[in-house]
Amino acid sequence: MPIIQKRDPADFIFSVVTAIASLTVIVLIIGIFTVLVRESSLSIRTFGVIKFLTSTDWNPVTNSFGAATTIYGTFVTTFLALLIAIPVAIGIAIFVTEIAPNFLKSPIGIAIELLAAIPSIIYGMWGLFTLAPLMAKYVEPALQKSIGKLPLLGILFQGTPMGIDLFTASVILSIMIIPFTASISRDSFNLTPSVVKESAYAIGATQWEVVKNVVLPYSKLGVFGGIALSLGRALGETMAVAFVLGNNHQITTSLYDAAATITVSLANEFTEADTDLYLSSLFYLALVLFVMSFIILAIAKFFLLKAEKRYSR
Amino acid sequence: MNKIIIAISAALIALSASAAGAEEIINGAGASFPAPVYQAWAYQYNKTTGAKLNYQSIGSGGGQRQITEKTLDFGASDDPLKPEKLKHDNLLQFPAVIGGVVPIVNIKGIKDGQLKLDSGALCKIFLGEITSWDDDRVKNLNPGMFIPHTSVTVIYRSDGSGTTAIFTNYLSETCPGWKSRVGAGKAVKFPAGIGGKGNEGVANYVKRTQNTIGYVEFAYAKQNKLVSAQLKNRAGNFVAPGFDTFAQAAESGDFDPKKDFYTWLINTAGKGAWPIAGATFILLAKDQKDANMKTVKFFDWAFTNGDAPAKNLAYLPLPESLKDKVRAYWKANGLR
Repeated sequence: MPIIQKRDPADFIFSVVTAIASLTVIVLIIGIFTVLVRESSLSIRTFGVIKFLTSTDWNPVTNSFGAATTIYGTFVTTFLALLIAIPVAIGIAIFVTEIAPNFLKSPIGIAIELLAAIPSIIYGMWGLFTLAPLMAKYVEPALQKSIGKLPLLGILFQGTPMGIDLFTASVILSIMIIPFTASISRDSFNLTPSVVKESAYAIGATQWEVVKNVVLPYSKLGVFGGIALSLGRALGETMAVAFVLGNNHQITTSLYDAAATITVSLANEFTEADTDLYLSSLFYLALVLFVMSFIILAIAKFFLLKAEKRYSR
Repeated sequence: MNKIIIAISAALIALSASAAGAEEIINGAGASFPAPVYQAWAYQYNKTTGAKLNYQSIGSGGGQRQITEKTLDFGASDDPLKPEKLKHDNLLQFPAVIGGVVPIVNIKGIKDGQLKLDSGALCKIFLGEITSWDDDRVKNLNPGMFIPHTSVTVIYRSDGSGTTAIFTNYLSETCPGWKSRVGAGKAVKFPAGIGGKGNEGVANYVKRTQNTIGYVEFAYAKQNKLVSAQLKNRAGNFVAPGFDTFAQAAESGDFDPKKDFYTWLINTAGKGAWPIAGATFILLAKDQKDANMKTVKFFDWAFTNGDAPAKNLAYLPLPESLKDKVRAYWKANGLR
């Protein structure tokens, strides 16, 4: 006969409350998904799935909509932002844990956390009023003169640098997502047992060799987790990018052209969408972003789990 | 600990009791263009009558949608709804204040009010067909003026807005090429240029980037001291944006109460009329009698007392004749 354990009533209430909290999250996600599907049903019926995802037309006057341009913009800004942010964030984490003198560790750590606390609309306004002019006057022409002359990479830097383009938007986005990777990487690096590090120093490894061969491999999983967090943030970031991207629905090869991401289009056009099909298409875009983020984060999680399994063997 | 909880609860009860008192609140939302003047009027109205007006600028589309759903006392919209749509959704509509859309430029050496453009040149610039500032079509309108040989950058609104609606309606009406290629609406597919977010975005961009042209509401152009261009109106005269030219546009506008004042003050016939003007409208749901009485009382007060604050903020109050028409419209619908 099984022994029925008598549970402490406080424990029971505690487990019920936390279960409700967790279930609420799942219910919310399902609820949001349901609303998105329901509101975009008109657009799904009108445009279908493949046609909407591949059409580059976004014309509110003729009521013809397609998501290809905004999906492209989302991918490019996210990819570029990660490209810029990851090395910088890992560099910051390495500096703070291994290289910085003790009195610098705290202030830099606090500065990184403050960077994360700045509201995204402040980033957007700062980007529009300060960063975009600097980009247009100094950075972008300089890059055009140097990298712009190279055969393959040069295509990315064609056109008149105006400041409101994919490049500036990606830079602002990268500044926004640095804190997540930096904080989590720093905490992962701190978890490396000092015994292992000191052993490496003892057999004559330089500081860089210790970081590259001991610390980084040890904290790989934590760093990937931080990158996944940054990726999620970059995919959904709206206000920081809305001011400096231009909302120009086009697929362009130059980083100096204005473009549109899904979030920027939603932010700019949602309140003024007058026809039902227009509003429904915007919901359809939101649904596409929802599914896209889900898939990308699932892939990231999958790789994380695989790496974990391989590591703990 | 208990004493603190009792004290806080007592304070909350007292607060809610006083707040639940007899204060009248009017809830409105919609167009962002007239938001400053509505809020200025609300402040004065509260000081004189104690009633509060809550206005949120969520955009004309939002205002139209919310009043149809009856979640507001009144909605505000920059672009007027057609009489058929008003009938279908059981709404009333009347104009509140008048503004104008102004083309702004940033060309070295050209000051406010100096550059002259006409609808053809403006249309071709925004279509991307005129790519250089010293193109003949611009130079011929400005004899004797030195225009540098620089390329044109068009700045349009990246977000949907009533300003774009008025501007594109003007281009559609005066330029068949625009009408067939682009069309009119709150958000359109602009064939050339880059988008700035909001009137502020466009104004800021034109102000700090050379050789650009954009369009903003007059209030923004005036308050940010932007360089505006003159336009040739239907009567063939070059006019500069200002209260007198807007007023002439409003006078020659066809505001018909039987059509719920549906009209665009585009390309009006007046001798000195500014060609891109527009009224901003208030929408009421016919079924909400109490809300409508409150709203009408507020706007009646604003029509009588609100001219000076409106002008201070660079909005043109309705001409007296139009105000009387609106009052008659209210009476005919049992709201006054």
